[in-house]
Amino acid sequence: MTDTTPLLELRNITKTFGSVQALTDVDFEVRPGEVMALVGDNGAGKSTLIKCIAGTHMADSGQVFFEGKEVTIHGPRDAGRLGIEVVYQDLALCDNLDVVQNMYLGREAARYAVLNEPTMEQHTTETLAGLRVTTIKSIRQPVATLSGGQRQSVAVARAVMWNSKLVILDEPTAALGVAQTEQVLELVRRLGEQGLGVVIISHNLHDVFETANRITVLRLGRNVGVFEREKTTQQEVVEAITAGQPTKVSGIPATQVVA
Amino acid sequence: MTTAEVVGPEGAAPPDEHREGRGGILGFWDQLTSDIRQGNLGIVPIILGQIFIVVFFSFKATNFFTAINFSNIIIQMAGTTMLAFGVVFVLLLGEIDLSIGFVAGIGALIVAELQLPGTGWQVNGLIAMLIAVAACALIGVVQGSIVAFVGVPSFVVTLAGYLIWQGVILSKLQVRGTIIIQDRWINYTASYYFSHFAGYLIAAAVTAVYPVSRLVGWLRQRQANVSGESIRSIALKSAGIGLAAFGVVAICNHGVVQGTPFGLPLAGLLILIFLVVLTFLAKRTLFGRHVYAVGGNAEAARRAGINVPRIRVLVFGISGATAAVGGIILAANVNSVALTFPPSTLLLNSIAAAVIGGVSLFGGRGEVRGALIGSLVIATVSNGLDTAGYSTGTIYIVTGLILLLAVTLDTVSRRLQVRAGR
Ligand SMILES: Nc1ncnc2c1ncn2[C@@H]1O[C@H](COP(=O)(O)OP(=O)(O)OP(=O)(O)O)[C@@H](O)[C@H]1O
Ligand SMILES: [Mg+2]
Repeated sequence: MTDTTPLLELRNITKTFGSVQALTDVDFEVRPGEVMALVGDNGAGKSTLIKCIAGTHMADSGQVFFEGKEVTIHGPRDAGRLGIEVVYQDLALCDNLDVVQNMYLGREAARYAVLNEPTMEQHTTETLAGLRVTTIKSIRQPVATLSGGQRQSVAVARAVMWNSKLVILDEPTAALGVAQTEQVLELVRRLGEQGLGVVIISHNLHDVFETANRITVLRLGRNVGVFEREKTTQQEVVEAITAGQPTKVSGIPATQVVA
Repeated sequence: MTTAEVVGPEGAAPPDEHREGRGGILGFWDQLTSDIRQGNLGIVPIILGQIFIVVFFSFKATNFFTAINFSNIIIQMAGTTMLAFGVVFVLLLGEIDLSIGFVAGIGALIVAELQLPGTGWQVNGLIAMLIAVAACALIGVVQGSIVAFVGVPSFVVTLAGYLIWQGVILSKLQVRGTIIIQDRWINYTASYYFSHFAGYLIAAAVTAVYPVSRLVGWLRQRQANVSGESIRSIALKSAGIGLAAFGVVAICNHGVVQGTPFGLPLAGLLILIFLVVLTFLAKRTLFGRHVYAVGGNAEAARRAGINVPRIRVLVFGISGATAAVGGIILAANVNSVALTFPPSTLLLNSIAAAVIGGVSLFGGRGEVRGALIGSLVIATVSNGLDTAGYSTGTIYIVTGLILLLAVTLDTVSRRLQVRAGR
């Protein structure tokens, strides 16, 4: 696993909002088939880092490499072209539209501007079956009638339907109950197994340890460590989140032990 | 529904999409009862209400339930219906267009001016109508651009439009007085009746077109291996549409005034054409899908890469265009444009029509056909009260009560729906 080139690699990302230094020289990487957790306290800069990847924000300085090539991401469309999809915390589904319509939102199959419903319905069925999302009774029901977990599943399925290579999930389980959280975590693991790179932001370390292969910790906009799930404990990660010292490294070794 | 939602690790079975149920009338009944249980009333109450209204006035007024009054209602409602079609799109976005009443007036004023003999214009009526519709679409586009790009609320922009276009009409007609419309093409929109034979031909065409179009869709669904509407339900709906088409034409063909036989009014066909075209636009095109998306969740639509401002601008353009069409028909109905044009009830009746027809004021929910159903109700009530000798005041009060009732029913049913869903 260590010899693969990272799917996504960020080097020395710095981002300021006026006088607020949101990110300082942050490094970050995700490998194909890996679930990378991004954790940190409120205001640590997690969402800001994600937005720099998704093209919502432009970093002030730093480099972004995708599949080994340096890229500049100017907007969500650029990110989409590279194969980067973000599932936002507030989902971004249209409640009044049904599952198929949401899966294809903004990318509808059409000829001469006339929708091709059968094709969309067929692919939606296949995608959901492929991810083993089996609890949705009808893909023609409005998403307003779905449970939180089902909605999250639709949002994730939408992200992976477009031959995406990297899927970013911002707090995907924040509003869910136990059973539904389990459903979504299962889905996240499956994305990794299918060879996608996955970034999951979560405040819930239980979720993180359930899904992630590695864990990147940010504190006050700086790197404080990257942990391998197998070789660390929740205790150690909590300490890094609350009191970790900035660790500036170059090239990001696979694992770095925090002193 | 919320408890057992662990992903089945072994289950690769595709979700079953459409309930296999009983077919025919029984299937329809199953669907209906299950919809009502879930609080999804749809257009059922409004259709029942319409039937009640018709029966009521048939007893109340001797001149109401006559063939000629039937075509009268079609012509009377045509103008409002056109405006209401545009209102549907605007409401689907969660916006409002208060200017349409006077934009309709501007449309009528433009055709009246252009067709006027001896002014140097004297354009052919057909061209005059095209120019008027284009000009009003442009008015809508300008107003929509201010909403979409500058971010001024549509309520304010179109309120300004309301004042401005009213002002334009006033200052034009105060000097001029009434402009008589002589062009026959323009007047035809409200006064042309098809011959009995032509009427039945149109009914036959309508009856044939629907099943053919549905069967094409059905074949494509079969090809894509997704289960769609059943053949039986398509057949049932086709039969219903055929029955309605021939029924309307048959009734219209019975109309006789002082020995002159009447038939299906052109206005009725215009309503149908706009209904079909705009329904297609809303339900089967990229544009329509994006309108629903923006109305449902503008932020989600934006993130999904939909050009939200463009959708807004186009919708206000449609609103302006349909207002012009409605204005022309209304003016043709009285063969003139006067200072009292458009009727003061036009704006609110067309918005009320869409809302009575089930279009949500909060965006994302509703159908084009709702505009037709709503204006049919409004036109029937006002025609019935008028025929029965009630005053305009009573007509306003009853229309208001129906609006209130329709919206209350809809709100209550929606609350039930949410409870059943989650
Ligand atoms: N658009 C913005 N304008 C100004 N400051 C911002 C903006 N976005 C983020 N910040 C600041 O940047 C810092 C990092 O915020 P960010 O949202 O990335 O934190 P986070 O790690 O996602 O926190 P949370 O766990 O609460 O979501 C915070 O101090 C925040 O106030
Ligand atoms: Mg955040």
